[in-house]
Amino acid sequence: MAQSRRHDIAPLLALLPALLIVVFAYAGTMVWTVCISFTDSRLLPVSDFIGLEQYARLFSDARWILSARNLVTFGLLFVGGSLVIGFLLAAFIDQKVRCEDLLRTVFLYPYAISFIVTGLVWQWMMNPSLGIQASVRGMGWTSFTFDWVVQRDMAIYALVIAGVWQSSGLVMALMLAGLRGVDEDLWKAARIEGIPTWRVYMSIVLPLLRPVVVTSVVLLSVAVVKAYDLVVALTNGGPGNATIVPAKFVMDYLFTRQNIGLATAASSVMFVTVLAALAPWLYQEYFKAHRAGGHA
Amino acid sequence: MRAAASAPVPTGTPVARPRRPIAGRVALYAALAVAALFFITPLYIMTVTSLKSMDEIRQGGIFALPASPSLKAWTAAWSEACTGLKCTGISDGFFNSLRILVPSVALSIVLGAVTGYALSHRRIRGGNVLFAALLLGAFMPYQVFIYPLVRLFSAVGIYGSLAGIVLVHVIFGLPVMTLLFRNYYSSLPVDLFKAARVDGAGFWQIFFYVVLPMSTPALVVAAILQITGIWNDFILGLVFAGRDNLPMTVLLNNVVNSSQGEKLYNVNMAATILTALLPLAVYFLSGRWFVRGIAAGGVKG
Repeated sequence: MAQSRRHDIAPLLALLPALLIVVFAYAGTMVWTVCISFTDSRLLPVSDFIGLEQYARLFSDARWILSARNLVTFGLLFVGGSLVIGFLLAAFIDQKVRCEDLLRTVFLYPYAISFIVTGLVWQWMMNPSLGIQASVRGMGWTSFTFDWVVQRDMAIYALVIAGVWQSSGLVMALMLAGLRGVDEDLWKAARIEGIPTWRVYMSIVLPLLRPVVVTSVVLLSVAVVKAYDLVVALTNGGPGNATIVPAKFVMDYLFTRQNIGLATAASSVMFVTVLAALAPWLYQEYFKAHRAGGHA
Repeated sequence: MRAAASAPVPTGTPVARPRRPIAGRVALYAALAVAALFFITPLYIMTVTSLKSMDEIRQGGIFALPASPSLKAWTAAWSEACTGLKCTGISDGFFNSLRILVPSVALSIVLGAVTGYALSHRRIRGGNVLFAALLLGAFMPYQVFIYPLVRLFSAVGIYGSLAGIVLVHVIFGLPVMTLLFRNYYSSLPVDLFKAARVDGAGFWQIFFYVVLPMSTPALVVAAILQITGIWNDFILGLVFAGRDNLPMTVLLNNVVNSSQGEKLYNVNMAATILTALLPLAVYFLSGRWFVRGIAAGGVKG
C-alpha cells in the first residue's frame, strides 16, 4: 500500500517546481501586468481603475504606432530574408560541394553569438565616417553611400541586415537537415524526366520541407517579437525614435520614463498579439498530433 | 520537423544530384564564396580593428590589415575600459557572467530533466495543461513578465542579487529544457520503464538508475543551449542582476555605447570579441551537437 501511494506522490512532487513557476512567474505575472494596465500607475503601481484609458493613450502615441510599424517592417524583411538566404545556402551546400563542413561552420557561427555583439559589430562597420562607406570611398568610389544607421528612414534596414546576418545560418542548418532527408529516388526520377534542378527544389522539395519552414518561421518570429538587444546595441532606437520597437517601448516606459500603466498596456497588447498568433499553431503542433499519433 | 529532429545531423553522403554543366558549378561556387565573404567579414573586421592603433583607425581603411598588430587594445578592453566613471575593464563582466552561468546552467538542466521525465511516460492529470502553459511562456516576450517579477523579487529580497538572476534564468530556461528532456525521454522505449517498475523501482529510482545514465545526449544538447543562451542574455541581466553582478553583455554595451569621451574603436572591438569568445568556443568545439541543440530548441522530437 505504502509503495503505491509513494508512486502517486513522487511525480507530483517532481512537477511542483514547474507548477510553481507556471502559476507565479508566468500566469500570475501576466495577470498582474494586465491588471496594472487598467490603472493610472506611474512610478509605482496604484489601484485606481481607469478602464481602457491607457490603451487609448497608447494607440494615440506616435512612438507606439511607429514601434508597431517598425516591428512589421523589420519582422517581414528579417523573416523573409533569413528564409530565402538560409534556403539558398542549404540548397547550394546540398550540391555535393567541396569544403561543406567549413562552409556550414562559417554560415552558422553568427547564430552562436549574442545580438549585442552582432549589433555592435554592425554599428562599427556601418559607421559613416570610419566604416565601410569611408573605406569604399577611399578606394575611389566617392559617391558610395552606406550610412543607413544615421538615416531616419533607412536605419530599420540596417537592423534587418544585422539580423539576417545573425539568423540565416539557423535556417540553413534546419533546411539542410531536411534536405538530407529527401528520398534519393526523387532525384533519380527528376533526372530521368529531365526536370531542371531548380524546378525540383521549388515545386517538390520545398513543399516537402513545409514542417522545416514552419519551424524556422516560428523561431524567427519569436526573435522578432523579443527584439530588444539588437536594437539597443545597433541604434538604441535612433536616430531619434526611428528604430523603436515594442519591446524597447515597454522597457523605456518601465525603467526610465516612469509610466508603468502605459508600459503594461503596451506589453498586454504584445501578449494578446503573440497569443492570437500562437494558439492555433500550438494546438495543431503539440496536441492534435499527439492524440492522433497515440502518444504513450 | 520530426525528420530534422530525429536525424538532426546533416551527415552522410549527399544524395546523387543531376550533373550540372561546368558554368553552373562555377556560378555555384561563386555564390557560395560571396555568401561566405558576407558572413566572415564582421569577424574579420572585428579582429583587425582590435589589433590596430587608434591613429591607424582614424586614417580609414576598415578592411586593411593592421600595419603593426598590437594586443594593447585587448589588455585595455580587459582591464581598463570605462563604463561610466568606473574604468576597470570588461573583466568584471566576464567573472560576473561566469558566476551567473554555472549555477543557472546546472539548476535549469536539473529542473528541466526532472520535469521532462515526470511529463514523459507517466499520465499525470493536468500534465498536458502544465506543458502547454510552459510552452506558451517560452514564446512570450519578457516584457509581459518583467515588471511583476521585479516587484515579487524585491518583496522576497532577491532583486538585484546573484540568487535573483539565477532564479530568473531557471524560470525562463524551464520551457526549452522541459521540451528537450520530455521529447528525449518519450523516445526511450516504454518497456524500459515497465521492466524497471516490475522490478520494484520507484519514480526516483527509475530516474536515477535507469533514465539518467541514458541521458548523455540530451544533457550535452541542454548544456550547449543553456551555456550559449545564458551567456548571450542581455535583458534579464540588465534588469535582474543588480549593479554588482552585471553580465558581460551588459558591460560591453555600456563600454561601447557610453557617450562620454573619445570612442576607442579598437578597444571596443577587442571587448566585443572577448564577449563573443565563450559562445564561439562552445560552437566550434561542439560542432554538430550545436545543430542538434537548434533543432531541439524549437521543435518536438
